[in-house]
Amino acid sequence: MSARDDILGRVRAALAGVESGYDVPVAPRIADVPDLVDLFAERVADYQATVERCTGSDLAARVAAALPSGARVVVPDGLSVEVPGGVRDRGFTAAELDTFDAVVTEARVGIAETGTIVLDHGAGQGRRAISLVPDLHVCIVRTDQVVPDVPDALPLLAPGATEGRPLTWISGPSATSDIELSRVEGVHGPRTLHVLVVG
Amino acid sequence: MSGTFVGMPAFPQAAHEALGNAQLRRNLAHATGTIRAKRQRLVDEVNANSDWEALRLAGAGVKESALVDLATHLETLERTLTANGATVHWANDAAEANAIVASIATRHGVNEVVKVKSMVTQEINLNEALAAEGIAAWETDLAELIVQLGDDLPSHILVPAIHRNRSEIRDIFLSKMAAAGRPAPADLTDEPAVLAAAARSHLREKFLRAKVGVSGANFAVAETGTLVVVESEGNGRMCLTLPEVLVSVVGIEKVVPTWEGLDPLLRLLPRSSTGERMNPYTSMWNGVASGDGPQEVHVVLLDNGRTNALADEVGRQALRCIRCSACLNVCPVYERTGGHAYGSVYPGPIGAILNPLLRGVGHDDQVDSLPYASSLCGACFDACPVRIDIPSVLVDLRAQVVDAHRGGVPKAEALAMKATAVAFSDARRLRFGERFTGLGLRVAGRVGARKWTSARDLPPAPRESFRAWWKRTDGGRR
Repeated sequence: MSARDDILGRVRAALAGVESGYDVPVAPRIADVPDLVDLFAERVADYQATVERCTGSDLAARVAAALPSGARVVVPDGLSVEVPGGVRDRGFTAAELDTFDAVVTEARVGIAETGTIVLDHGAGQGRRAISLVPDLHVCIVRTDQVVPDVPDALPLLAPGATEGRPLTWISGPSATSDIELSRVEGVHGPRTLHVLVVG
Repeated sequence: MSGTFVGMPAFPQAAHEALGNAQLRRNLAHATGTIRAKRQRLVDEVNANSDWEALRLAGAGVKESALVDLATHLETLERTLTANGATVHWANDAAEANAIVASIATRHGVNEVVKVKSMVTQEINLNEALAAEGIAAWETDLAELIVQLGDDLPSHILVPAIHRNRSEIRDIFLSKMAAAGRPAPADLTDEPAVLAAAARSHLREKFLRAKVGVSGANFAVAETGTLVVVESEGNGRMCLTLPEVLVSVVGIEKVVPTWEGLDPLLRLLPRSSTGERMNPYTSMWNGVASGDGPQEVHVVLLDNGRTNALADEVGRQALRCIRCSACLNVCPVYERTGGHAYGSVYPGPIGAILNPLLRGVGHDDQVDSLPYASSLCGACFDACPVRIDIPSVLVDLRAQVVDAHRGGVPKAEALAMKATAVAFSDARRLRFGERFTGLGLRVAGRVGARKWTSARDLPPAPRESFRAWWKRTDGGRR
């Protein structure tokens, strides 16, 4: 017998007499939020990210202003905004990515209640490593991508998951509270998260 | 069988020693108090525009639905993971799981792996097993790094180095980092931000060159074949993204049947765990993503006692646990003794039920002592995001421990209970016995119940019994 058969056999034996099919209670939703985008911006800022709102025509200038002068910037394929000096990701190795100072990406969904940005690593977002290794992540979220809460985001993210794309949920810059529970922003992921909310 | 720190004394002795450590008690009181307050603020916030209790019911429901049809969901998970390009392995116990991970690492000719903080790989002592094969397993979570460099044991599920203060951490970094890789800067201070920066620089070197990453998973979605890791520092993203090969060890109870089932759990876990609306990073991956991240992905589905727990009608609910550690932070016992006293990687109230359930009772005094490491106050049940009724499981396990020891010489407690049953079953005997209550309590304090009274006060005996008072005063009328 294989370990697989052993385990499944023990599971079935353990559950002998237990009724199959459990009715899961529907999870409650949050009350209507009067201004979703305001709440999103406020909650993202709560986690020590920089948040700016701008119009579409303003975006390129805001992106350029968010990047320190002379910074080496990597950008994904399909990014809808021009980044001066931005280098397209050519499948750089981790060590090569480590020589970049910043990355600019778009996102798939913004979650207002939790101040979360979700990347499904489709066009304009790039593969996971490019938004991980550089120390500054400039992330563009359109106002029409902002949803109230987690249960509103999951159905929008299901297609990406079904197609086999990974997802990265980001709520503020990387952080730790492991030393005497005092919060330090910036450990291994980008130490600065700069969010541009467009629209 | 692993999962317990080797050679740990039973809880009462370990707790007695921990209670003598004033620094530890101060650290714990500060830490648990801080997290408790943060969590409570968020529960209040949820209640202001939604309903925390309804969310708990939904979270418990999702996990319960996974457990009652676990075999079916595991088969689905195996199918979807395989379709996504992952290789699925099954392991009955720690030794099998460790052998699988070691053989994958060996096949790739590596002498090191980078690790995401994971309870299950601690449970199976994976690092020690890999070390025996000449493979170094680098812990990359800051607290785990502190524990590993200090050759120490974790003491909390969420913040394993909760028992260390900043100056101890500075000393560990200065004396131990060099032997493990990039040394700490000589001018290292004990500022948390400076210490975190030293860890960043020490570990970055390891992330950039790592060929094999090892993780656990918080959730495994059967429907889509998705694994989920919830974290804060970004070390998880590094380990899950940069290596060429990824091996994830996943307890069979981590299954979530549907994609939508993630919803209540992702709302419950960070609020209950770190007291945040959402943790900084959550990674989800579906086997191999072409051109993105590890191109060889393995998943080891592990039993290691979980089917024992599943067979326990009362204890089964412990498998709903999402390892948030909220029960530790509200527990009056944990707050005073700390995690080491429980002698396991799973400390606190959940550990007091999970260890006996996974390992069985009646063959190890340390494990058998754990169901008694509680005042049964119920704070853990109130805090649990998936509504595990820990006090009821504790009481049931106490009965199992007592039953397991029947047949030999009965324990003093069993004799006392038997005597009580005899006395209480007959009014005349009870009346007779009451005359000696005062004397009995005094004697008990000296001899028979000394074990009981070493940690508790016996109530002073009343001057006269209720019956004697009733007779003398005609029920208070005289």
